[in-house]
Amino acid sequence: MTKTYPKASRPSLDNVSVSIEKGEFVFFIGPSGSGKSTIIKLLLHEVTPNKGRVVVNGKDVTSMRSWKRPHFRRSIGCVFQDFRLLPNRTAYENVAFALEVIGKTKAVARRVVPEVLELVGLGGKEHRYPHELSGGEQQRVAVARAFVNRPLILLADEPTGNLDPDTSIEIMRLLDRINRTGTTVVMVTHDSNIVNQMRRRVIEIESGRIVRDQARGVYG
Amino acid sequence: MRMKYVLSEVLVGLWRNVTMTVAMIITMAVSLFMLGGSGLLYQKVGDMKDLYYENVQVSIFLKTDVQEQQRTDLETKLKADPLVKDVTYVNKDEAYKRFQQMYADAPDLVNAVKADQLPESFRITLNDPQQYKQIYDQYKTAEGIDTIVDQSKLLDKVFGVLTGIQNGALALAIVMAAAALLLVANTIQVAAYSKRREVAVMKLVGASNWFIQAPFVLEAVVAGLIGSILGLLALISVKTVAAGSSMAALEGLITPISWSEIFLTFPLMAAVGGVVSAVTAWVTLRFYLRV
Repeated sequence: MTKTYPKASRPSLDNVSVSIEKGEFVFFIGPSGSGKSTIIKLLLHEVTPNKGRVVVNGKDVTSMRSWKRPHFRRSIGCVFQDFRLLPNRTAYENVAFALEVIGKTKAVARRVVPEVLELVGLGGKEHRYPHELSGGEQQRVAVARAFVNRPLILLADEPTGNLDPDTSIEIMRLLDRINRTGTTVVMVTHDSNIVNQMRRRVIEIESGRIVRDQARGVYG
Repeated sequence: MRMKYVLSEVLVGLWRNVTMTVAMIITMAVSLFMLGGSGLLYQKVGDMKDLYYENVQVSIFLKTDVQEQQRTDLETKLKADPLVKDVTYVNKDEAYKRFQQMYADAPDLVNAVKADQLPESFRITLNDPQQYKQIYDQYKTAEGIDTIVDQSKLLDKVFGVLTGIQNGALALAIVMAAAALLLVANTIQVAAYSKRREVAVMKLVGASNWFIQAPFVLEAVVAGLIGSILGLLALISVKTVAAGSSMAALEGLITPISWSEIFLTFPLMAAVGGVVSAVTAWVTLRFYLRV
């Protein structure tokens, strides 16, 4: 599969072929601009490849019409480096918002949200606003929001990029726990510490090509 | 629940940017007022044309030295003419009476003119007032005729003015509508920008497109509807003011605009205001949010 952005001199991903099984935990590593973030965008159907196919959850999303995208995204959770929380809503409201805008009732939110906040270790901090939480705690809220709908896949784009090493490890434990529930986790990172500790499948990308695909791999 | 969410978002949206909302509503109101006004005028001009042209007459004035024989010949000919519906003969005395009536407030003029000096005439009603030209061509060379005067020439001028006013109002309505459109687009952009975080999260977690767009589109529609209500109020006040002032004197000349006609323009104004706002908002969102 190949993806070239308009106006780019070379493809962002060049003839890349990857297969990720259900329930796997995969790191995509590589220097900035290597094309690893493009993987996330392709999986989210934010961009489409110029050549080849992208199949997610058994569905070919390459030719998916844009009006089907919202429903497709409900099966994918997403975490980013910058958390992307709503600053004027509490932890509880941030997670509940994600449920309510896809048509779940307030009653469902009342049942599910405390549960997932407990799971990510934020029990008792439901009614704090993002600015009252530490970076690690904010990222936990983001993970809770991504996971509350029990997605099949969790995409994480440098989730530890803004966190100190100890907090990063905690977030990784959380992602590991989520992975153990059967959720596929795809994580883009250049945090070598974490990759080395986790000992999971590592796919290294350089200049748009896969240079290494290793089970139980390390960073360098 | 979702409906409640959408509605509260609409109110919050209108309040958040209240100066822009007011500007949008006022522009919309003026535009719709002009549109409603020109619609009413269009109806009125149509009504008046029917009324006036039906009664319009062609006057054939005879020469003061016309011979008895020429007059009777002309009368017979006119009565047999298929274009002519009705012929009335006005003799010197009658013409004088009409003249006295017409210039009742200018006694000097009335005194200065003698019955003898006024020409006899035939007043002709045509089956079709538009066929004046044919009558004119046919009789202009007949003996004993001084001039042929067509009242519809005058009416044409009057209606020309009225149609001009109507077109002016319509043109103004369109210009204002363009301004209103840009304001709607701008307001929606500002609203979308101030809610960009929410929108980004909604897109990420898979909220449906209509759910993301609905608050913005409804915000514009509500503004459009308020604008059309204000436009209606403007029409009502114009009628109230006009009825109580010197315009009342014109009532005999211009067929009056009834209240029911004013209220009947409201659905038009509301529909145009609502639909134009909704479409503008929707198109803006498609470009701006890419949803």
